Amino acid sequence: MKAQTLYEKLWSSHLVRQEADGTALIYIDRHLVHEVTSPQAFEGLKLAGRKPWRVSSIVATADHNTPTDHWEAGILDPVSRQQVETLDANIRASGALAYFPFRDARQGIVHVIGPENGATLPGMTVVCGDSHTSTHGAFACLAHGIGTSEVEHVLATQCLLQKKSKTMRISVEGTLGRGVSAKDVVLAIIGEIGTAGGTGYAIEFAGSAIRSLSMEGRMTVCNMAIEAGARAGLVAVDDTTIAYLEGKPFAPTGASWEQAVDYWRTLHSDEGAVFDKEVVLDAARIEPQVTWGTSPEMVAPIGGRIPDPATVADPVKREGIERALKYMGLAPNTPIGEIPVDQVFIGSCTNSRIEDLREAAAVVRGRSKAPGVRRVLVVPGSGLVKRQAEAEGLDEIFRTAGFEWREPGCSMCLAMNADRLEPGEHCASTSNRNFEGRQGMGGRTHLVSPAMAAAAAVTGRFCDVRELA
Amino acid sequence: MKAFNVVDGLVVPLDRANVDTDAIIPKQFLKSIQRSGFGPNLFDEWRYLDHGEPGQDCSARPLNPDFVLNRPRYRGAQILLTRDNFGCGSSREHAPWALEDYGFRALIGTSFADIFFNNCFKNGLLPIVLPASEVDELFRRCEANEGFRLVVDLPAQRIQCPDDGRMIAFEIDAFRKECLLNGWDDIGLTLRHADEIRAFEERRRGEHPYYFS
Ligand code: SF4
Repeated sequence: MKAQTLYEKLWSSHLVRQEADGTALIYIDRHLVHEVTSPQAFEGLKLAGRKPWRVSSIVATADHNTPTDHWEAGILDPVSRQQVETLDANIRASGALAYFPFRDARQGIVHVIGPENGATLPGMTVVCGDSHTSTHGAFACLAHGIGTSEVEHVLATQCLLQKKSKTMRISVEGTLGRGVSAKDVVLAIIGEIGTAGGTGYAIEFAGSAIRSLSMEGRMTVCNMAIEAGARAGLVAVDDTTIAYLEGKPFAPTGASWEQAVDYWRTLHSDEGAVFDKEVVLDAARIEPQVTWGTSPEMVAPIGGRIPDPATVADPVKREGIERALKYMGLAPNTPIGEIPVDQVFIGSCTNSRIEDLREAAAVVRGRSKAPGVRRVLVVPGSGLVKRQAEAEGLDEIFRTAGFEWREPGCSMCLAMNADRLEPGEHCASTSNRNFEGRQGMGGRTHLVSPAMAAAAAVTGRFCDVRELA
Repeated sequence: MKAFNVVDGLVVPLDRANVDTDAIIPKQFLKSIQRSGFGPNLFDEWRYLDHGEPGQDCSARPLNPDFVLNRPRYRGAQILLTRDNFGCGSSREHAPWALEDYGFRALIGTSFADIFFNNCFKNGLLPIVLPASEVDELFRRCEANEGFRLVVDLPAQRIQCPDDGRMIAFEIDAFRKECLLNGWDDIGLTLRHADEIRAFEERRRGEHPYYFS
């Protein structure tokens, strides 16, 4: 049989039917639902007199709008509250495999709770009305972010209309240096291929450096595949994947587990499989990264400088850089290490898992927030992450350093709740988007790893975490 | 969904690459549980000088005179001309809802982000991908000629420039074209294959029971 890529295996195992022009119906195993992109879909379903096709595929939570402090007071913003209550009512009416509502012990960011509960399993198709659904590809799942009409389509039909993507393999070979994390790897990849570099592709991340990452690290990389424009990110199943899933609440057990593992072991690209595009990066050359502009591709290593648009020939690119520098309040050629920091955000579906918090805490231990830094928010990705961190005493390390230890949610990743930047403030953020206004109108976001965010919090500027012995 | 056939419309040039969905419709407007009414907040942070909040009367807000949509010559535009990677970022369908609610019917650019591109077709919006040289030329002509219009002819898959009769062909999937032309709703179409879906599901449940518990 012809050697297949992992993507091709996942695609063909979910293909229900295909039209002459290649438009296909793909069966969906897991449907993750949150409050922002689902109300209009449930409404549409109801108006058409339709019922959800298979409610046992649904796992739901409230995360985008929920506050991260004073939970006892409920949701103060009436518009946010209405949206969360609408989700409550919709899930109550339809049913679900699991629902983790506001203030539930297992509530959290949708892309954190799926994997940690074993609701995301290798070989599944996973969809969610959220672009960072690509995160789940770390488990060799075909995971797509979808729009609200597609949420309704999946609710009604258990299928998604798709065309087959092209395939790209990005191999990161070698050993990552000390202080260099999964976040730096994926920022370096985006710096290399650009934010539209993955458009039309499903990207498989491979190579020894990717295999050496934990599941948390792989999720960080796949999470930002969408920032490279890709339709999906993927990592093959190996022992790390299997070990992570064993014993998770929704993972199979007993004979069913054995059967599943036998199948999961086949979820990798075959020897000799051909990709439409191959990119290779040398792990040893990747340094801690900091974004300086308003697109994730505007990124530089910590020892670098902000580029000078005057040296860029392409006029659209040049104007893009000029506009970004104006928005960011930064001058060409400034060393990255001279950018001051006003706020620090450690959280989001990119970097709010236990390993991320451990990495940040390791830098913070015995240090405290720099006087020039107005606020440091540490927002765990879920209730389970929060409890684990507290059991390990990480919350104490953060609190002692003058950081704020919050309740789980999306928080200042998109600033839909009360957590946000003031105009002009620079933020070292472990999230995934540095777009204009993303963390608050006029706010200036710099994407970094958890360790680099912690280093910025204790020194008051971007600094090389490797130099903080 | 509104059907799309031939649209003869005024063109507005948005000369930026990587226009993200946060810029198209900022997050505070995502709290709505409605599908409509997003037009006044399209490009909110670029369009107005103050900070917008949901439920506000936008007619009284100060407009940013430098933003291209606010220039009188582009008022009533139905075709948006843009650059690379338009619609990147968040999957929010509120972005095409806002564009459609504002009055746009077609978007022309060199590339569109994947999820946004899909979302457009569900809302009667036609995103057209053209080579960079064609897009450059359209930008030049649009900026040089006040009242520059284009006729987007979906059945014939071509754009016509009325001032000199030039034709530009474009590609579109046969299935998407059919749906747009008829204003069809995907769900109804898919449910015609309900038996096939059910058979697939049963087979999968047999082979991989652990995905169904
Ligand atoms: S943490 Fe940020 S990127 Fe992730 S789901 Fe929430 S808002 Fe989206």
